[in-house]
Amino acid sequence: MSFILRMAWRDSRASRRRLLLFSSSVVLGIAALVAIGALGVNLEHAIDGQAKALLGADLIVTSRSELPEAARQRVAELAVEQAREVSFSSMAAFPARDGLTRLVNVRALEGAFPFYGDLATVPADAPVRLRAGGAVAIVEETLLRQFGTEVGGRIRLGRTEFTVVGSLQKLPGESSAFTATVAPRVLIPLAALPGTGLAETNVLIRHRTLLRLDAAHPAEQVERELRREFRAERLSFDTVAERRRNLGRALENIEGFLSLVGFVALLLGAIGVASAIHVYVRQKIATVAVLRCLGATARQSFAVYLVQGVALGFVGALAGAALGVGVQFMLPRLLHDLLPFEVEFVFAWAPVVRGLASGLVICVLFTLLPLLAVRRVPPLAALRSAYADGISAARDPWRVAIVALIVAAVIGFSIWQTPRVRDGVAFAVAMFVGFGLLAGLAKAVAWAARRWLPSGLPYVVRQGVANLHRPNNRTVLLLVSLGLGTFLMLTLVLTRTTLLREIELTSGPGRPNLLLFDIQEDQLDAVAKATAAEGAPVIVQAPIVTMRIAKLKGRKVEDWLRQSRVTPLEAAVPGASAEPTEAENERALKEGGRRGRFGAGNGLPAWTLRREYRASYRGRLEGSERLVQGKFTGQVEAGEAVVPISIEEGLFKEMGLQLGDEIEWDVQGVPIRTRVTSVRAVEWRRLEPNFFVLFPEGVLEGAPRFHVAAVRATDPDHSARIQRAVVAASPNVSAIDLALVLQTVDGIFTKVAFVIQFMAMFTVVTGVIVLAGAVLTGRFQRVRESVLLRTLGATRRQLRAIELVEYAVLGALAALVGGGLATAANALLATFIFRLSASVPWLPLVVGTVAAAVVTVVTGLLTSRGVADHPPLQVLRQET
Amino acid sequence: MSAEPILKVERLTKSYPLGGGAVLTVLREVSFDLPAGASLAIVGPSGSGKTTLLGLCAGLDRPSGGEVVIAGRPIGALSEDDRARVRNEHVGFVFQNFQLIPTLTALENVMVPVELRGEGGPELLAEARALLARVGLGERCDHYPVQLSGGEQQRVALARAFINRPRILFCDEPTGNLDGDTAHAMVDLIFGLNREKGTTLVLVTHDLELAGRCGRVIRLRGGAVVADEVRAGS
Repeated sequence: MSFILRMAWRDSRASRRRLLLFSSSVVLGIAALVAIGALGVNLEHAIDGQAKALLGADLIVTSRSELPEAARQRVAELAVEQAREVSFSSMAAFPARDGLTRLVNVRALEGAFPFYGDLATVPADAPVRLRAGGAVAIVEETLLRQFGTEVGGRIRLGRTEFTVVGSLQKLPGESSAFTATVAPRVLIPLAALPGTGLAETNVLIRHRTLLRLDAAHPAEQVERELRREFRAERLSFDTVAERRRNLGRALENIEGFLSLVGFVALLLGAIGVASAIHVYVRQKIATVAVLRCLGATARQSFAVYLVQGVALGFVGALAGAALGVGVQFMLPRLLHDLLPFEVEFVFAWAPVVRGLASGLVICVLFTLLPLLAVRRVPPLAALRSAYADGISAARDPWRVAIVALIVAAVIGFSIWQTPRVRDGVAFAVAMFVGFGLLAGLAKAVAWAARRWLPSGLPYVVRQGVANLHRPNNRTVLLLVSLGLGTFLMLTLVLTRTTLLREIELTSGPGRPNLLLFDIQEDQLDAVAKATAAEGAPVIVQAPIVTMRIAKLKGRKVEDWLRQSRVTPLEAAVPGASAEPTEAENERALKEGGRRGRFGAGNGLPAWTLRREYRASYRGRLEGSERLVQGKFTGQVEAGEAVVPISIEEGLFKEMGLQLGDEIEWDVQGVPIRTRVTSVRAVEWRRLEPNFFVLFPEGVLEGAPRFHVAAVRATDPDHSARIQRAVVAASPNVSAIDLALVLQTVDGIFTKVAFVIQFMAMFTVVTGVIVLAGAVLTGRFQRVRESVLLRTLGATRRQLRAIELVEYAVLGALAALVGGGLATAANALLATFIFRLSASVPWLPLVVGTVAAAVVTVVTGLLTSRGVADHPPLQVLRQET
Repeated sequence: MSAEPILKVERLTKSYPLGGGAVLTVLREVSFDLPAGASLAIVGPSGSGKTTLLGLCAGLDRPSGGEVVIAGRPIGALSEDDRARVRNEHVGFVFQNFQLIPTLTALENVMVPVELRGEGGPELLAEARALLARVGLGERCDHYPVQLSGGEQQRVALARAFINRPRILFCDEPTGNLDGDTAHAMVDLIFGLNREKGTTLVLVTHDLELAGRCGRVIRLRGGAVVADEVRAGS
């Protein structure tokens, strides 16, 4: 044993720097795993430590209208303390900024909410002033910044001007990244709400009753009681336990996803290590043969290099773990805006050990593959180097076993990081296919470059390309690693561009790009006049009637709900609407899920039954709609017993409907029987009023309704003028323009993409390290070649040119492969996930491709610096 | 000369299948005995099977037929690892291209065979230094192969071959890569050490002068022994 250790140590002397470089290929992958694992632990700590602050109350009861008196009384009996919140979207105007407006989320508060956690504001006493009442408001910090308004400034909501008493930093349980971007929050005292005149007509109001409970009344028990007693009210409930469960699950998914991105970097690095060790072993064959001649057994000589391989993995794993702990400090900061709570850094050993162990296992397994060849070096190779050429591990049973172990380790890790076994296996398979595809493409492209290289090209070009095929070349490895990095980064960029471009395209010339909603019946004319006066007549306008499903196919919704399958779609945004809570969903899932998607007539998603539908009526289809089934009926006579209606294609499928199915609606207390007679495909992307449910004319005209209208603004200033005019004429009307949608989508995408890009960066940098390692590993071979060429009369300039050509071709091919795959992935994502027409965003594609090529050339040239500087004599005597 | 030969070669044959049932025989039924302390030169033109014969004698390869007995132990049936142990115990090597381990110093290179056996310590270290001094490299113990000339590297290889006190020293063209004067000095060293240590010497060479210093010369042609000359007084 001592000989093995001693020999391993001594033998590594000349190559320690090289070995360290090999090991650095896995550093980033392990760092990523450690950092993300630690983040997971920190998040868990944060959720546990701030459990109650996640909700700010023990129980939150949400309803679409004010709680009926009986319910209020019952709540008062059960709760120790309660607070109320009424929230809705509306336009806020900034008088100091010439009345500029912006869609905001108004929260009218009463009581000492939050009971747990802090309502963080600057200055800190703002919540106290808010509770004291009056025309005061706490405004989202980003909104204040956007409109150059400070604390002490003014903001107008409806008929009331409020004094800003604080900027809102954080509200318990809410993620500022999304709320601040979509609709910044404005907190006002509940008592000041009637004065604004905004709440009277708004039908999209959310009422929340926030409860603090004592030990005698656990939240779950109170929830059960209220749910049972007030079933007809369709209340929804939020408890700390549920919120914690939801958050935990969501964060586990995020952690798992990021871990997999880190794992890709680790695998890439491990492949880099394996490839470098392969060349290293080839260079050590003579040494191994001599050792064998001197009496070393196959096991001893293998052990010498195995020790080096394990040490290399260990050093890489240690460095990775150390770096991971460093990155761990950064991740919570990066995710700060995305998380609905504060995360404090806590050092945890478990993720460090886990990351270290998985990194070491993967690294050693990959190192073993090329090392197996050491066992097969015959001592005769010391006498005749020709014997060394026959070393092949192709039919080595150990090789088969190690490959099997690697496959098992990759699948095992993927399963460990994903919530379901199926997902883990799918990810692993996708990764194998991806790597295989990249390798296959790389081989094909490199082969093609050689095959069709014109013989008339200058010598340096031909030699540069020929270098890609030299013995022991790592062309495929480099194309895979650089291509993978390019692919990951470019896919994100292309997807973002495709999404944003699609939204921009939807507002082609003449199409509306500013949507006005919450227009009351008596405001229609005023709004139309106001927009027309600003040169933007109403292009489309639609009435909206809110309703719920009372019966489906003759059965009461309540009966359906008892047995329905549930899609936790809206529950993913906690408290966002009066939709089912996760607990309800889960219960329903248990009941309905087993019966299959639409088995036995149930199993339809609960949200489709519970939601409040905002239906419209009109005599014809709009340009954004297309009839896909049945016959559209535009008009019916008043008093029609069963009204023919049209349903949107997606909802039609989701509910498992058939043409002719009957739905009875509860239109604000009035039952209306309908029959599904047509199905429409709707282009939701267009900023135009579109609806799940469309009634014919002649039925809903008498129902309480409000309107939406869409106009076209020529530029942002024009849009601001229109909004100002509309809000001045009708303060309760809200506006959302395409620029805001773009900004919102872009804002959210940028924040999420930044985190993914940060992790993908690990893969890119790993690719660069693998490249540097590969260049340095083949350095001696390159030096020999350059000496030979110089002996034959090549100038240094020609040698540099050959290198340049080689790396430029390599970089271009990697970029081509990565870019090609990214384009394909973007097209697949666009078609199957975002349901957009796939397009190729050329500019980012070209920029990304060129960047990848440049990085390759620069890294290649930097790492091969000095190759041409060696005096031939010195080189001829050098052994390594 | 002792009665028991240190190396016994019996009807040694080596052939390689060429595919299609054809066989290439590079060594045909070679037999000889070599007593302890003797010196043997194997000569012949390129491709005559010299190196193959040396490799088989040293247990670096398995014969297709026949047997090699080293120090009374037939090595044909031994596993590769057992043959490695025999080499470590009884055999020393000097190669044409020196075959020093480039990452080890001269002293460390010399120590490898004893360290492989798990031995070491100050005594063996002193012996290694003494051997290096004996070959004229006492001042170069800590130099790496790249820092040594070809002749010096071959002398380190010789010191390494003797550290084990081998009973047989196999030399494959030991002067093939050396100039005339260096080659002379090397040959003197080989024979000097051979005498001092009582080692049996088997060398493959093209150098007839070197062969002439051996007690016995076996000539090979086309894989077969064409002459086996024993010099008087050897």
